[in-house]
Amino acid sequence: MRPSGLSDSMYRIGADFMDWFPLYNSLRVAAIATFITFFVGIFAAEYVARTPRLVKGLLDCILTLPLVLPPTVVGFFLLKTIGPFGPVGSRVLAWFGFQMTMTWYSAIFATTIVSFPLMYRTVRGAFESFDKTLLYSGQTLGLSDSFLFWRVKMPNCKQGILAGTVLAFARALGEYGATTMVTGYIPGRTATISTTVYQLWREGNDLLAYKWVGINLIISAIVLIAVNMLENKYRQPVSSARDDLEAED
Amino acid sequence: MIWRRKIKMSVCVRIKKSFGDFVLDVEFETGNEVLALLGASGCGKSMTLKCIAGIVRPDEGRIVLDGRTLFDSEKHIDLPPQKRHLGLLFQNYALFPNMTVKENIMSVLTRAEKNSDCESRFASLSQTFYFRGLEDHYPSQLSGGQQQRVALARIIATDPAMIMLDEPLSALDSYLRWQLEQELVDLFEKFSGTVIYVSHNRDEVYRMCGKVCVMHKGKSEDVRTVKDLFESPKTLAASLLSGCKNYSRAKVLGEGRVRALDWDTELECAQIPEKVRYIGVRAHYIKPCSAGGANVIKCKILRVTEDVFSTVVTLLPENASEARGFSQIRMELSKQEAAGLKTGNLISVRVDPKDILLLS
Repeated sequence: MRPSGLSDSMYRIGADFMDWFPLYNSLRVAAIATFITFFVGIFAAEYVARTPRLVKGLLDCILTLPLVLPPTVVGFFLLKTIGPFGPVGSRVLAWFGFQMTMTWYSAIFATTIVSFPLMYRTVRGAFESFDKTLLYSGQTLGLSDSFLFWRVKMPNCKQGILAGTVLAFARALGEYGATTMVTGYIPGRTATISTTVYQLWREGNDLLAYKWVGINLIISAIVLIAVNMLENKYRQPVSSARDDLEAED
Repeated sequence: MIWRRKIKMSVCVRIKKSFGDFVLDVEFETGNEVLALLGASGCGKSMTLKCIAGIVRPDEGRIVLDGRTLFDSEKHIDLPPQKRHLGLLFQNYALFPNMTVKENIMSVLTRAEKNSDCESRFASLSQTFYFRGLEDHYPSQLSGGQQQRVALARIIATDPAMIMLDEPLSALDSYLRWQLEQELVDLFEKFSGTVIYVSHNRDEVYRMCGKVCVMHKGKSEDVRTVKDLFESPKTLAASLLSGCKNYSRAKVLGEGRVRALDWDTELECAQIPEKVRYIGVRAHYIKPCSAGGANVIKCKILRVTEDVFSTVVTLLPENASEARGFSQIRMELSKQEAAGLKTGNLISVRVDPKDILLLS
């Protein structure tokens, strides 16, 4: 991190010099959030599929909720939970002495929650379209369930898992609503690309705002191209015999 | 060594499971032989195999293999599929697509035999099942027949106590099917345990299996020898599966006499067992004859259809009411016999009393 004294001068209106902190911060937050989402999302997708139908419906609803809720609502709940007066935030502050909001890492909580459903749903879709007879045959062959999960199910759902990860990363990178509520906008400390664009527009600094918009477009384009390439690969038939036949009678 | 020593094996299955309206109620027992589960699509054959393999848990019942209890609802025994030691060949063969042929088989071999030489066992399997040279291919690069051989080798690699095959030939075209059928017959001869062969194809079953258990809407009938089933089926479902084409609802009139309600005619037949509800006559046991006499039915010719090596004549008995499901009679003749038969003509046909199947 840079010395904080520099930050004000760098955001002077019309400054030709560009501060790259928002890009760095956005990437760092998105990377950490995606890392968490990756494991929790796969775990949730596998676990929810095994629960009874009623529980499955309920869990599925709860886990997908952040996808349809306005991000500001997610931010509001987060503030009420991890804010200095919230049940979690107040305890962390009392016991460990650090504040969970208005810091760069607060954005991790917000982006993790908002990007989670994308990972969870994409992986679940991949798991659902996975041919279960592969697991059944593996079981009758005496192979352990963990072997079948790691060596058969995961490799065969690879494209779906990758696509989910890329989507979650993209969503995390572009998160604005929930992030701005729990991190605010502190140049050089909590600023992300999306909060910076908003701030620059408010200040009337269109030139710099355009530059960040451009950066955002480039990143999004790369992500979408990556997802498309993965999906095309994913849809290719694995074997012709499998397409012709669904083993159920 | 690939094959087990021959020991007396037996399997005893009695299971029930309901899925809403559909109730699976299966009971059979068999020894060291090839038992066919024969039934139309959706009758629960595949589900039965899944229950035996431990993939689906029956609601109640008992499954015993060579004295080893695999499942017993009363004693709360339910072995996981991994511990049941039986092989199940899926219709789509279920080879792991992300692994090569060798990796597929090695994944099983390295687990099944901790100490012995996996490489040499793999080599002998690849020779027995003719996939030498394909070791580094992925399943998607193999033909249907090659996939089936590899899948069978993978099953034999686990040294199963019993093999179950779920419609193994139905995905193949007819030429390949014949070839693979011969290979399966070879395998069945070498394999010492029980084989359960699921099929809806009566010809396959007749050629490959010794005993047969007919399934109909989730219920199993008694196990019979294949010859017995084809010569004298006892139920309508079994008769349909054995390929008999003509049926009529029947009313017993007395000793050796029955009224075919759908054909509106009286027929003489052999000894009548109890509870006869239908009669059946195979299409090639019906022959044209001169008018008059016992078991002669006067019919109108509805259609004459040329088949590849024979001619199929569709008839409607003169007295029968308009084409209801069962009333039509199908007669199969050689091309010479059928010469001169024309649509709309009247014809007399005869059925020998011994050729009438009495069905419940």
